[in-house]
Amino acid sequence: MKKQCAFLMISTFLVALFLTLKAGAAPLGLPEVKIPPDNPQTMEKVRLGEKLFLDKRFSLDGTVSCATCHDPAKAFADGLPVAEGIKKLKGMRNSPTVLNAVYYTTQFWDGRVKTLEEQAKAPFINPVEHGLKSHDPIITIIKSDPEYLKEFKKVFGVKPEEITIDHVVKAIAAFERTLVSGDSPFDRYMYGQDKTAMSEAAIRGLEIYRTKARCQDCHTIGQTNAIFTDNKFHNLGVGFSVIEENLFEIVEKFKKAKEAGKDIDESVLTNKEASELGRFVVTLNIEDIGRFKTPTLRNVALTAPYMHDGSLNTLEEVIELYDQGGEENPMLDSGIRPLRLTDQEKSDLLEFLKALTSPEVAAKMKK
Amino acid sequence: MKKKMISRRTFLKQAAFTAAAVSLPLSVVEVSWGKGKSQNFTFAYISDSHLTHIKGSEFVRNFDKGLKKAVTECNFMSPKPDFVVYGGDLAQLGKKEELEHGLEIMSKLRHPVKWVIGEHDYYLDLGKFWREKISNLYYSFDHKGVHFVVLNSILTYDSWINKWATPEERMANMARLDNPNGSPFMVKEEQIAWLKKDLANVSKDTPIIVMSHSPLYKIFKPWNFWTEDAEKVQALLQPFKKVTVLHGHVHQILYNQIGNITFQAMLSTAWPWPYPPSYIQKPHQVPKLTVFMNRADPFHERDATGWSILNLENGRVINHFKLWENKDRVLRYDEKLGYPVDVEYQDPAKRIPPQTHY
Repeated sequence: MKKQCAFLMISTFLVALFLTLKAGAAPLGLPEVKIPPDNPQTMEKVRLGEKLFLDKRFSLDGTVSCATCHDPAKAFADGLPVAEGIKKLKGMRNSPTVLNAVYYTTQFWDGRVKTLEEQAKAPFINPVEHGLKSHDPIITIIKSDPEYLKEFKKVFGVKPEEITIDHVVKAIAAFERTLVSGDSPFDRYMYGQDKTAMSEAAIRGLEIYRTKARCQDCHTIGQTNAIFTDNKFHNLGVGFSVIEENLFEIVEKFKKAKEAGKDIDESVLTNKEASELGRFVVTLNIEDIGRFKTPTLRNVALTAPYMHDGSLNTLEEVIELYDQGGEENPMLDSGIRPLRLTDQEKSDLLEFLKALTSPEVAAKMKK
Repeated sequence: MKKKMISRRTFLKQAAFTAAAVSLPLSVVEVSWGKGKSQNFTFAYISDSHLTHIKGSEFVRNFDKGLKKAVTECNFMSPKPDFVVYGGDLAQLGKKEELEHGLEIMSKLRHPVKWVIGEHDYYLDLGKFWREKISNLYYSFDHKGVHFVVLNSILTYDSWINKWATPEERMANMARLDNPNGSPFMVKEEQIAWLKKDLANVSKDTPIIVMSHSPLYKIFKPWNFWTEDAEKVQALLQPFKKVTVLHGHVHQILYNQIGNITFQAMLSTAWPWPYPPSYIQKPHQVPKLTVFMNRADPFHERDATGWSILNLENGRVINHFKLWENKDRVLRYDEKLGYPVDVEYQDPAKRIPPQTHY
């Protein structure tokens, strides 16, 4: 029953969105969604993707689907500090929301893949997420399910024996490309010319965001739309203490492991030290140690806890972190510095962050 | 940032100006040269940290961060550098607190250090702390067939030194960039005489590297990007076939060739200076050769600051500028052209707007 509810919830949401997107217009405040030429959007593909997204059978013990950590009723996140997969095994990273993930130029906190399609492949075979040893069980289940066979045939024109994981992730990605949310009070104020859309406090908060609090430089607001990310990687020092003392040894160990062919995806979710190296695990560039991708701030009030390791529970704590100038460490991003915000400024900034919630996402939150 | 592996062969190809932005860990392809008396090796340069004491154990955060970042990154160098040169201006006002704080941070370096004094280190106590606790003010040493000379090039007229009421006043007046009550830097006779004797026993084929804080040529007098008796020093160096002068003080990329001498400026870890042409009221002698740094983004306090990884190859210095928050730059001596070139941007057609919009 719950599954059907979720299905229905997303479906109605989707139809509206899909039709809007098809017309070329993204929700207010968002740029156009880029559709890759090798994965065009169709309504059937999106529906198939949604079904795959919700399917718990694609996990070792049948308990985990994409929606486990990216729950439609929790703004497509999970409300936990770090993700919990099969057997409640804990990973190392906070589940990012899928909402507006299409606007990232890389996926994951360390940007280790470029596309939504590539991202979807990884959790299936991660030991602390879906726990499968390979994608084969997924294909087997699909081939044994007449409904799926019909849908795959309709969407991709493939016979059962031609179905691969690439079809699966293409459908999931197509579904995710409809998960965009704008039209927040901020959007209406900023792009919709409605000067009453945000409270006075939030309006002051926007000004602080762009000036004294220095948020604008990484969590970018554009002139005609806002994705709230610069798609770059920055070191705030969160979690750096894990690796600081034995930094050289940890770096050496990781480099050797990577050269020997150890899978990054598994390392960063099962090995705490590797996890805190951040972007470095992808580029092996010393300056990338401890750097993580700037996340979008859309719906941020709904997606606690915060930071790549979920270590901050509230937005107040996040603002405090920035106000103190991040966590001191030798690789701290040079744009991070103590802000000396007054209590009023912090409070106004908080009100502004709350104004980034899209009403339809808030409406679907599990009470 | 673009990351490409450097191959020794590519570097030495006369025609190709390949982009050679380097990332750490750096791997220098070892090629042993049968002929040639000097070996190839790697060293590093950290300079102009200007650590500033506020009170008690409080120092200006910005400048501490710059030096600490350079030390951390330098420790990751692979292969390890033979030594690290500290290019001067460790302190801002020459205070004991600042110099000790600097020594503490530098003590985290895993490589040996060669020290060059700057005016901000010197003018409070006329080099007393430095001489006693850190290093000689001028000296020479040989390393793998290269003759290194360290000079104290930031001296000035005794009359100026002696005219101030307190050491603090003297230091404050030397600390300003554009002080009309300032005084030009100079090497002076004692060192010039010493240098003449020091070089007498060095063969003309031996590569020479001179390290000083201020540039040993004349760039812009109002800002003391200048050494008053530069020509006398240069005259002693010209007879040698391969001479490189490495200096700090200017907090920017600046390079030149005068006869046999290549001059290369090192970055500051603290802050960049504007280029002298921006101060249009006074004429300047900024070498036309120099490709300016990319214009810095003021949001990032580390933009246009950094340090250098230097490769000594065939008696010449190849300089990899590790420019934080921006693109690295590589400078190498072109044997055919006879002067140093930026491997990516030297050709005017390859310049980009951040290098011309100042």
